[in-house]
Amino acid sequence: MPPRPRAMGPRPKMEKGRMKEVFFRLMRYITRVYRLQFVIVMISIVLVAIGTAYGTGLLRNLIDEGIAPQIGASHPDFTRLYEVCGVMAGVYTAVALLQWLLNRLMINITQGTLQTIRNEMMRTMQKFPLRYFDTNSNGDIMSRYTNDTDTLRQMISQGLPNVVSSLLSIVVVFVSMLRLSWQLTVIVLAFLGLIIYMGKFLGGRSSRYYVKQQDSVGKVNGYIEEMLSGQKVVKVFNHEATCEEEFTKLNEELFENASKAGMFANIMMPIMAQMSNFLYFFVAVAGAALIIKGIIPITLGVLIAFLQYTKNFTNPITQVSQQISGVVMALAGADRIFKLLDEKPEVDEGTVTLVNVEEQPDGSLKEVNQRTEKWAFKKPLPDGGSTLVRLRGHVEFHNVEFGYNDEKTVLKDLSLYAKPGQKIAFVGHTGAGKTTITNLINRFYDVQEGEITYDGINVKDIKKDDLRRSLGIVLQDTHLFTGTIRENIRYGRLDATDAEVEAAAKLANADHFIRHLENGYDTVITGDGGMLSQGQRQLLSIARAAVADPPVLILDEATSSIDTRTESIVQEGMDRLMNGRTVFVIAHRLSTVRNAKAILYLENGVVKERGEHKELLGLRGKYYQLYTGAFELE
Amino acid sequence: MRKKLGSYIGEYKINTILAPAFMLGEVAMDVLIPYLMSFLINNGLQKGNFDYVLRVGGLMLIMTVLGLTFGSLSGVHAAIASTGLAKNLRKAMFFTIQRFSFENIDRFSSSSLITRLTTDVNNVQNSFQMMIRMLVRAPLMMIFALIMSFVLNARLACIFLVTIPIMAMVMAFVIFRAHKYFKQMFEEYDHLNNDVQENLLNIRTVKAYVREPHEIKKFEAISEKLVHLSKAAEKLIILPTPVMTMLVFGIIIADGLLGGRFIVAGQMKLGDLTTLFTYAVQVMMSFMMITMVLVMIVMSVASGERIVEVLNEEPTITNKEKAITEVKDGSIVFDHVDFAYGSDKDKKVLTDIQLTIEAGETVGIIGGTGSSKSTLVQLIPRLYDVTAGRVLVGGTDVRDLDIHTLRDNVSMVLQKNELFSGTIMKNMRWGDEHATDEEVIKACKLAQADEFVSTFDKQYETYIEQGGNNVSGGQKQRLCIARALLKKPKILILDDSTSAVDMRTDALIREAFANEIPNTTKIIIAQRISSVQDADKIVVLDEGRIVGVGKHDALYANNRIYREVYDSQMKGGDDDAA
Repeated sequence: MPPRPRAMGPRPKMEKGRMKEVFFRLMRYITRVYRLQFVIVMISIVLVAIGTAYGTGLLRNLIDEGIAPQIGASHPDFTRLYEVCGVMAGVYTAVALLQWLLNRLMINITQGTLQTIRNEMMRTMQKFPLRYFDTNSNGDIMSRYTNDTDTLRQMISQGLPNVVSSLLSIVVVFVSMLRLSWQLTVIVLAFLGLIIYMGKFLGGRSSRYYVKQQDSVGKVNGYIEEMLSGQKVVKVFNHEATCEEEFTKLNEELFENASKAGMFANIMMPIMAQMSNFLYFFVAVAGAALIIKGIIPITLGVLIAFLQYTKNFTNPITQVSQQISGVVMALAGADRIFKLLDEKPEVDEGTVTLVNVEEQPDGSLKEVNQRTEKWAFKKPLPDGGSTLVRLRGHVEFHNVEFGYNDEKTVLKDLSLYAKPGQKIAFVGHTGAGKTTITNLINRFYDVQEGEITYDGINVKDIKKDDLRRSLGIVLQDTHLFTGTIRENIRYGRLDATDAEVEAAAKLANADHFIRHLENGYDTVITGDGGMLSQGQRQLLSIARAAVADPPVLILDEATSSIDTRTESIVQEGMDRLMNGRTVFVIAHRLSTVRNAKAILYLENGVVKERGEHKELLGLRGKYYQLYTGAFELE
Repeated sequence: MRKKLGSYIGEYKINTILAPAFMLGEVAMDVLIPYLMSFLINNGLQKGNFDYVLRVGGLMLIMTVLGLTFGSLSGVHAAIASTGLAKNLRKAMFFTIQRFSFENIDRFSSSSLITRLTTDVNNVQNSFQMMIRMLVRAPLMMIFALIMSFVLNARLACIFLVTIPIMAMVMAFVIFRAHKYFKQMFEEYDHLNNDVQENLLNIRTVKAYVREPHEIKKFEAISEKLVHLSKAAEKLIILPTPVMTMLVFGIIIADGLLGGRFIVAGQMKLGDLTTLFTYAVQVMMSFMMITMVLVMIVMSVASGERIVEVLNEEPTITNKEKAITEVKDGSIVFDHVDFAYGSDKDKKVLTDIQLTIEAGETVGIIGGTGSSKSTLVQLIPRLYDVTAGRVLVGGTDVRDLDIHTLRDNVSMVLQKNELFSGTIMKNMRWGDEHATDEEVIKACKLAQADEFVSTFDKQYETYIEQGGNNVSGGQKQRLCIARALLKKPKILILDDSTSAVDMRTDALIREAFANEIPNTTKIIIAQRISSVQDADKIVVLDEGRIVGVGKHDALYANNRIYREVYDSQMKGGDDDAA
C-alpha cells in the first residue's frame, strides 16, 4: 500500500504508560463494529502462518520421500511425489486465498474504523464549546484529521496484521526448526542476538538523524510558508535576494540532515538482508560439517528444509523491528485523537425553546409551525404544560463577571440593559470587552458570576440551539465556505428560496457586485473566497444574516471593511429589516454607531457612558474624546 | 516532465549513476549466493567433501560481505541523490517564485505554492529514490534470477514463460487502474481536509446559525465518499499478493514434479532443484516489487506535474534590457491608463485614467468598495503592468526603469501587510538593511510606532511572531509604515494603512509626514475622509474611473460622491466640532 502524501512536521510523542490503554481502546474501536471480521482475520493470519510453514516443510518431504529414494531406481515410483505435490497445491491455494481474504477484510476494518473515528471526531468537535477552538490552534486540531488518522490507517492496515503474523511466523518457524534439529536452532539463536544488536544500533543512529531531519523540515516549511504568504511584501521591498540567501541556508541544512537520515535508513535494508545471508551460510557450513562428521543425526533433506526456515526466520524479525516504530507513532496519534474525543462538550441544561407565534385577536399568543414575524419562548411548566413568553429582545446583564481565564477578568460586575426593539451600540478601545458581551449573550461562553436575562428568562435556561437561532450574528472576520455564492448566503436559512437569497443580497447591497462576477450567484467560492475583497465578503455575510431574518441581530464590526457610503446604504436596508427588533452593534467607526438608540461606551469591562450620540458628545467625556481626537488637534 | 525534473539532478549526477551501479553489484551477489549454494549441496554436502564445503562457503562469505558493501553504498548514494534532487527542486522553485510578478502569484495562490514546495517535492523525492534503487534492483533481480534458472535447467525455467505473462497482466491491470482511483481518492482527501479547515475557521458562524447538524451531515457525506474511493483503490492493491503467492507455489510444484523426474532420471542434480525454488521466489517477488514501485511512481506523477508548472511559469514582469537605473524625481503621470486583471481585456477595472502628480505632493484617494483604488496605486511600482496607456515615474515609463531601482524609490505599504518572524529591528531593516539603530528609531517615531515599542520589555529587540500576531492591528500598521519609510523613498504609498489606527494617531502620522519628509510624494488611500481631507489633491474613484480630482473644498462643493462620503462620516461629528 503506497503512502499517501502527508504533511511533514514533528512526530507526536507520548508517555509510555498510556500506550497500553490507548492500544486497548483502539482495539475496542476495531472490534466494536467488525468483531466477526476481525476474528476471521486473526484466524486467517494464524492459518497463513501455519500454512506457509507447513508448505515449506513439505519441500523436505518432496525431496526426501518423493525424489531421493527413487534416484537410481530402474522403475521409479512417483506416487509419493504426486501425493506430496497434491498436498502442497492444496495448502498453497488455501494460503493464497486466505491471504486475499484477510487483506480484503482488513480493508473493510481499516476504512470502517477510520470512518467511525473521523465521523465521531467531527460529531464530537461540533459540540465543543468555543473555548476549545480559541485555545487550540487550527493546525493542531487539523493534524488529528490528517497526520494522526493517517498513521492510524497505516498501523491498522499494515502494522497490526504484519506484527501479528510476523510474531506468529517467528514462533511457528522456531518450533519447526526445533523439531528438525535443536543443535542447528542454537546456532540460529546465537546469530539472532547479533542481528537484533545490529538493528538496535543502526535504528538508534537512524532515528537520531530522523529527528534532526524533521527539525529541519519544520524550519524549511515554516520559512516557505511565511515567505510565500508574504511574497507580495517581499516584492515591494526588493527583498528577493535576501530571501533566497536565507532559504538556501536552511535548504542546505535540510539536505545535510535528510541525506544522512536517508543513508542510515537505506543501509538498514542491505545489512539486514545480508545478515540473513550470513546466517544461511553459517547454518549451511555448520550443518554440513555436523552431518559429514556425523555429529548430528540428520539427513540432507532436513538440512535443506532447515536452511529454508532460516530465511523464513530472519524476514519476520526484520519486519517486526521495522513495524514497531510505526506502531508506537500510530499509538501516539491515536492518543491525540482520543484526547479530542474525550473533550467535554458544551453544557446545555436549557429547556426553553423558540417557537413562531401568531397573535390571537384577544392578544394572547398561539404557537404555529410556519414562519411568522413573531417569536416566543416556550417555557415548560412543572405540570407538563407550557407557557409562551413573547420574544421582544429585552436583554439585561445583572452584575456579570467574566474572564477567559482565571488570571484576567474582562468584565467586572457589569450590569446593562437593552430595551426591546432598539439599536444598541457598544464602543470602546480594543480589549474593552465589547465582543465578550456578545459572546456571553449567545453563550459562546458562560458567565462566571451574575446572570444574563433575555425577555426575563435566564439565558442558561434557554436551549442553546434555540437561543442562537434567535440571535443573528455577523462577525468582522468573514470566512466563507466552499460552494456557490448562493449557497453561502443560504447558510443563514437552509430553506430560503432563490428569490429570498437574492432579496437578502440586494438588501445587503451585495447584489451589484455578485451580478458582476463571472457566474453571478452561482460563482463558486474556493479558498475562503480569496478572490473577493474583505469588504465584499462582509457584504455577503450581512446578506447571510438578512436571509436568516432573526428576531435579534448582533453586528460585530460587521462593516469595518466597507466604505462608509456603501455602509450607510447597507445600514438603511438592515434597519428596515430589523425594524422593531433589537440590534446590537459593535464598531470603532463613528459612522457605524451614530444612529443607534443607545451607545454604551465601555472601558475595561465597565459601562462608562450611555446615551444617544448627541447626548454623549454633549457630555464631552470619553466618547467625545474617542471620536473627536482628530478635531481636537486642529 | 521527466526530462525537466531530471535536469535538476545537477551536481548529484554521480550519485544518481553510482546508486544503481552499486545496486547492480548487490543484486549480482544476491543471485550468485544461491547459485553457489547449489554447488555447496551438490559437490560438497552430497559427496561428503567438507573441504569443498569450506572453500565454497568461504567464497560465499566474501560475496556476502561484498553484497553488504555494495548494498550500503547504493543506499548512501541513493539517499544523497534523492535528497539532493529535492534540495535543487525546492531551491529552483523558491528562486523562480522570487521572480514572480503579482500576477503570477495571484495565479497560483500561496497555499498551493506551499504544497508544491513541500508535499509535492517530498513525493517526487521518494519516488526518485524508488526509481534509482528499487526500479533497478527488482528488474535486475528478476533478469539475473531468470538467466540463472535457464543456466541451471533450461527446460524447467520454461515454466516462467507461462507465469510471467500472467503476472504481467495482473500488474498492468493494477497500474492502469490505480492512477485513476488514487487520483480520485486524493482529491476526496483534499475535500475532507478543506471541509475540516473551513469548519475550524467558521466555527463561530456554524454555532451562531446552529448549523452543527448540517456540517456533520456534510462531513459524513465526504467521509463516506472517501471510504468508498479508498476501498476501491485498496481492493486493487491487494490483488497482486495472492496471485503472486499462487504463481510462486505453482512454479515450485511444477519444478518438483518435473524436476523430480529429471533427477531420478539422472538428468539433473538434487541441489539444483532447491536453487530453482529460490530463484522462483526471487523472480516473482521482484515482479511484485516492480508493480508496487510503479504504482507509487504513477501516483507521484501529479506532484511532478505541479512542480514543473511552477518551474515553467514565466514571470509576467521582467526588466527591459538596458533598463534605466535612475528615478529623477517623485512625479507620477498616468497617461490614458486602462487595466484588466488576467487575460480578459474587456473586464477593465481601470478605465482611461488620466492623472498627474507632482513630486512632493500629498494625494488622497477615495472611493467605494471595489472602485479599484488599490489597483491604481499598484501600477506605480509596477506590481502589475498596464493593459493600455502608460505610467510615468520621474518622467520615465515604469517599464523602461530597472524594477529594483523603481521599487527602491517607490515604497508601498500594502493593504494586506505582513510582518515576519524576527525582532522588530530585523523587520524594520527590510526597508534598509544598513540602517543604523538611530535611523530605525527615527522612522518609528515618524510612524508613531516608537511610542508603543518603547513600552515593550525588550523594545526593538521584541520578537514578532509569524504574521505579527503578537502586536495589535494598529501597531502592526504603524510598524509597516515605519518599515516603508526606512527606504527613504521618493514616493510613499499607503494603501488603507491606518484603518486600525485611531484618528488622533492617524493625524499625528500625517503631520509628521508633512514636516519631516516634505519632498516625498505621498499617496494615501483611505476609507476615513479625515485621512485625506488636507491633501494637496484628492482623487475620487468610482468603478475604475476618476470622477473627481481637486482639493477638499472644491470637491465637497462639486462632487456628489465625495460629498456623500464626507457626509456619511462627518455629519454627527461635524455639528459639534464646527
